[in-house]
Formats: sequence, structure tokens, C-alpha cells
Amino acid sequence: MGLPDQKQTATEALLATLTMPEGGCLAAARKAALSRVQTLGLPGRRDEYWKYTRPDTLVQPDAPAAAVFDAGEAPMFDEFDRIKVVFVDGVFSPEESDDLSLEGISIERIADICDKDIHWGKDLYGVLEARGQDPVARPLAALNTAFAQDGVAIRVTGTPSKPVNLVYRHQSDSSDAILHHIVRVESGATATILENGPAASRFNKCMEVDVADGGTLHLVRAQGRDHERRAATHLFARLGKESVFKAFTLTVNGVLTRNEAVIELTGDDAMAHIAGACVGDGDFHHDDTVFITHDAVNCESRQVFKKVLRNGATGVFQGKILVKEGAQKTDGYQISQSLLLDDDSQFLAKPELEIYADDVACSHGSTSGAIDEEGLFYLRSRGVPADVATDLLTLAFLAEAVDEIEDDEIAGALVTRLEGWLARRR
Amino acid sequence: MLEIKNLHVKLEEEDKQILKGVNLTVEAGKVHAIMGPNGSGKSTLSYVLSGRDGYEVTDGEASLLGEDILDMEPEERAAAGIFLAFQYPVEIPGVGNMTFLRTAVNAQRKARGEDELSAADFLKEVRAKAKTLKIDADMLKRPVNVGFSGGEKKRNEILQMAMLEPKMCILDETDSGLDVDAMKLVSEGVNALRDEGRGFLVITHYQRLLDHIKPDVVHIMADGRIVKTGGPELALEVENNGYADILAEEGV
Repeated sequence: MGLPDQKQTATEALLATLTMPEGGCLAAARKAALSRVQTLGLPGRRDEYWKYTRPDTLVQPDAPAAAVFDAGEAPMFDEFDRIKVVFVDGVFSPEESDDLSLEGISIERIADICDKDIHWGKDLYGVLEARGQDPVARPLAALNTAFAQDGVAIRVTGTPSKPVNLVYRHQSDSSDAILHHIVRVESGATATILENGPAASRFNKCMEVDVADGGTLHLVRAQGRDHERRAATHLFARLGKESVFKAFTLTVNGVLTRNEAVIELTGDDAMAHIAGACVGDGDFHHDDTVFITHDAVNCESRQVFKKVLRNGATGVFQGKILVKEGAQKTDGYQISQSLLLDDDSQFLAKPELEIYADDVACSHGSTSGAIDEEGLFYLRSRGVPADVATDLLTLAFLAEAVDEIEDDEIAGALVTRLEGWLARRR
Repeated sequence: MLEIKNLHVKLEEEDKQILKGVNLTVEAGKVHAIMGPNGSGKSTLSYVLSGRDGYEVTDGEASLLGEDILDMEPEERAAAGIFLAFQYPVEIPGVGNMTFLRTAVNAQRKARGEDELSAADFLKEVRAKAKTLKIDADMLKRPVNVGFSGGEKKRNEILQMAMLEPKMCILDETDSGLDVDAMKLVSEGVNALRDEGRGFLVITHYQRLLDHIKPDVVHIMADGRIVKTGGPELALEVENNGYADILAEEGV
């Protein structure tokens, strides 16, 4: 069965602009991914999974221009001791990056492992992405697997003394970047990965995370604040027995963001927490699409998503918990909430549960609300100006999501930034 | 200090007149108590003075130290020196009590053109004042009023009052929900703030609070007006005989 004409044309138009790296151990994965793209076609406006978010500008051949935003402050996470891996408009920058050697972790570039015939990454690159195509197609992720020129391959074997920080700098107004990362956390190993920056005018990022039995990975990212930037990101994770994976994303600004997280709990007693906080003002469309599959016994998953929207900003949440047959004692929690600071903004939520086991506890909730007038008056009656009080209540609203960050110092740093950003926008 | 003249107030949403010509002057250094039956407009008066939404002043005026307050935003009134201790203190999940206090203190100082308190000075002051109100470190860290008992909430109100050092303190049924010990603690907190430069307006249903916070003047409010004014003995009269006699006497 072929694709509808329109989709076929759109897919071919984008593919014609891209070049696939040749040879090496990832070649087969790339070829398979390309054939997935050709079969699935790129997302179109009529696709159910894209009902609330228009994919047009993410799939058109040329990336729409996006002005580089001067934040006027030190980059996020600058105060932390970490290993920096810097990409500028999607291109690795050796000058700005640190020495990548550290005990307990190996960090390599995808561009380097492409040349090798044998590498552990061969068993991960494109593998989780391919698994994640069912039951819902994610063609932008397959496109990423096929065409990403670079990214990092991280293998955690111990407990590295500092986090890895993937820094995505945006330098050119018309840049279009594709990066693909693979992360393998070996049994009993623990690491933290930080990500920050807009990366490019348009950014397609895919990260595949494989956490072996008893492994732990913390992922904290802050997406860039460039107003006109666009991003489609995919996070695929597979969790082994007694493993832990916690991911948090902060998004402030950006005209279009689609963050997909596809998590599979395949080992008993595993834990996955996926959280996000976003603040949108004006021309802002932010979509969190999450799919968590419980396929083992006694696992816990949490989805905590909070969005603050004003001046016509749009927030989307599509979140699903699938509990497979036999995944007893599943504890699944999902909450998505929006704080609408005016009548022009909107929040569209589609929470879903699909359960095939009988001994599970799953809950989901979704709310949209205005600022708490009682709380606002209370603060103002103590002398706190209305705008400052609104910021305080905004931060309080986001707190449940921010609390999902394990490391208090990192969480504190994010909140401090957020406070400053809110204050300066007033 | 606080001067209220012929104040008429109605609810914005429904066409219901609540205050029908309140006249009241609270002098600096004095404690005025307002008693009155349910629905007489006591709480409305406190809300209108602090600037809460939902009320429309249809006539009359209110001023603090000669400055009209009715056109001010709530935060401007606070900076000018008005403080309302809420009957039902509001819970604010996610905002730490300490952050809240520091933000409020510094916002008021800023509004008055004063320097902000340093973190160290603030901490020192808040700890000392919290101690006298038996507010422990944990209560200071927790989100504002969340999970606080009735007594803890009221003590927290008094702590805010002590930190903000307002000129005009309005206490709206601060005794409600308090046991005897808590009432004593709260009253001591209030009494410690009594000062020549500060006025108090204590709204209460019961004489027993006034045993602890001794008023200079007692007003009886009924049907949106102050119908009788007297000394502390007026509160005792209410306690013993109820409002019926007084109201009948005043033709309400």
C-alpha cells in the first residue's frame, strides 16, 4: 500500500535535501530507518497523532529562519563541574568541548563510531527507535536515525564523578540540525546527563537510552529560549530490572516544540519518571507526547507535566500508559496540568490508559486552571506586587514537575534561572 | 491613624449593600474592638480596607494617616501600613513560608524606598520572632499554611505581622479555631506589637479574646453600621446579655 500522494510528495521533498553517511557499523541501521521513513511517510496534518500540533514546519525541506536569542547571561549549568560536549548548529565543536575522558564513562562521537566496523553502539543505534514505531508511527525519529551525521555514544560503566553536559549552541539563523545520541547504562552504573540550548533554528534530536539491570540515569534538559526556534525531539528508553530513569525537561519559549518520550519498562521493579515544565508566552506551541509501556512486574512510572501559558500560547499533552498482560503490581501515575494566565491561551490534553493486567494501580489527571485569586490576594495583602505574586504562584505551580529532578542543586539552579527569566519579562 | 467616614459598600456581583455608612476612627496607640452578630459586615469591613476584589465602595471614604486608601492596590495599602490578619489564612502550595516572608518584607521596603534586608539579617530577625510565637524551623520551611493546624495558621499570621511591622493592624476573628493556650500565645504576640505608633482593629465574636488583648474602645456593629461605641465594659455586656438588648436600644 503506497502513501497518499501528498504525503509521498512531502516525504520525497525532504529526503531529497538530506545525505546519509555511508558505510561503517551503523549503515544497516540507517538503511532500515530510511525504509521506515519511506513506508510511514512524514507526519502530516491529518495524522491522528499530530492532531494538536501542525508538523508542516518540521517536515518542510528548508528550516524556517529563527533569530539567535542573546540571553545576556551565562549558559545554563555553567556553574556546575561537568564534561561539556558542544554542538554548534548541530556540528560538533572540539574547541568548545572538554576532554571527553572520565572514569566510569566513555563518551564518543557518533561520527567517529560510524567509521568503525565493530562497536557496541551497533546494538542500540536505531534499535529502540525501531521498537518505538509500534503501535504509533514516529517517522521524524526514523528520519533522524537515517540521516543524523553526529551525536554522542555514551556508555556508563561505573559512577562518573561529574555529569555529561550536551550543549547545543545556536549560531546561524537558518540552521537545521539533526543529532542522534545513544546511551547505554551498564548494570549497577549511575550517571547524570544534562542538555541545554536551542541547537539550531530547527532541531531534530533523538536519544536512545538503554538502562541495564540496576542501572540509573538522570537526564535534565533545558531547551533553548530562542523565540522562533523549532524542535522535534524523541527520547526512547528501555529499562531493565531494578533500574531507574528520571528525565526532566524545562522549556521556555520556542515557537514550536514537540517532545516525544517512549519508555519501555522491561525488567521487574524498574522505575521511570518523565517530567516537564514549560512556560509559554505568545507565539508558542509546546507538545509533550509520552508513551509508557509496562511489560514487567512491580514497576513504577510517573508522568508529571506542567505548563504555564499566556498571550495565546498553546500547550499539548498526549500521554499514555500501556500495561501489558502480566505486568502486575504496576504503579502508573500521570498528571498534566496547565496554568492559563489569560483567556487567549489553551491547553489540549489527551490522557490515555490501556491496561491488560488486573492487579495494577494507575491514575491519571488533567486540569486547566487560572491563577488562584485567593492566593494572589493573600500575597498582595502582604505587600507583594501583583506581577511578583503571579511569578511566585507560577513557580509554585511548576514545583511538582521540578521536584522530579533528583539533584537538589540542579533543580535549584533551574528555579533560580526561571525566577530571573520571569522577573525580566515583566 | 485610620479614619473611616460614612463608608457604604456593596457586593459587586449581586446588588447587595453590606456596609451602610460606617464611621470609625482608630487613633495611633489604641486598640479598637468591633463586635457584632453574624452578617453585620465586620469581615467585609476588613476586606474592603485591605483591598480585596468583589466589593464596590458606593459612598464614603477611608484613609490611613490622612492618605486615601480606597484607590490603592492591595500591595500599596500594605506598603502604606495596613495589615489584615485573615480569618482563614490562605494555603499556598509550592511557596515556602520563608520565601514568602522575605519577598513580602523586601517588597514593602522597596515600595517605601528602603534597602532590602540582607539574607542574614532577615534570617536572624525571623528566627527570633518565630521563637516567641513557638513557630519552629520546620513551619518556616513548609509551604505557606499548607498542612498547618488552625492554631499554626493564626500564629503564622502574627509572625507576618511582626515581620512587616504595619502601622494599622486589622485582626479578623483571629480567635476563631484557637484553643485556650493558642489564644494566649497569639494574644501575647499581638500585645508585644502594641506601640504608640500603631493602631489595632480587632474583630471578634467573643469577649474572651479581649481578656487577653485589652481594648481601649469597643464598637458594636449591626446591619452595616456601628450602632454603639463604649469602653471595655461594652464587651462584657455583650458577653453577658447578647446583642438583643443593645440592638433594640439602638433601634436596629
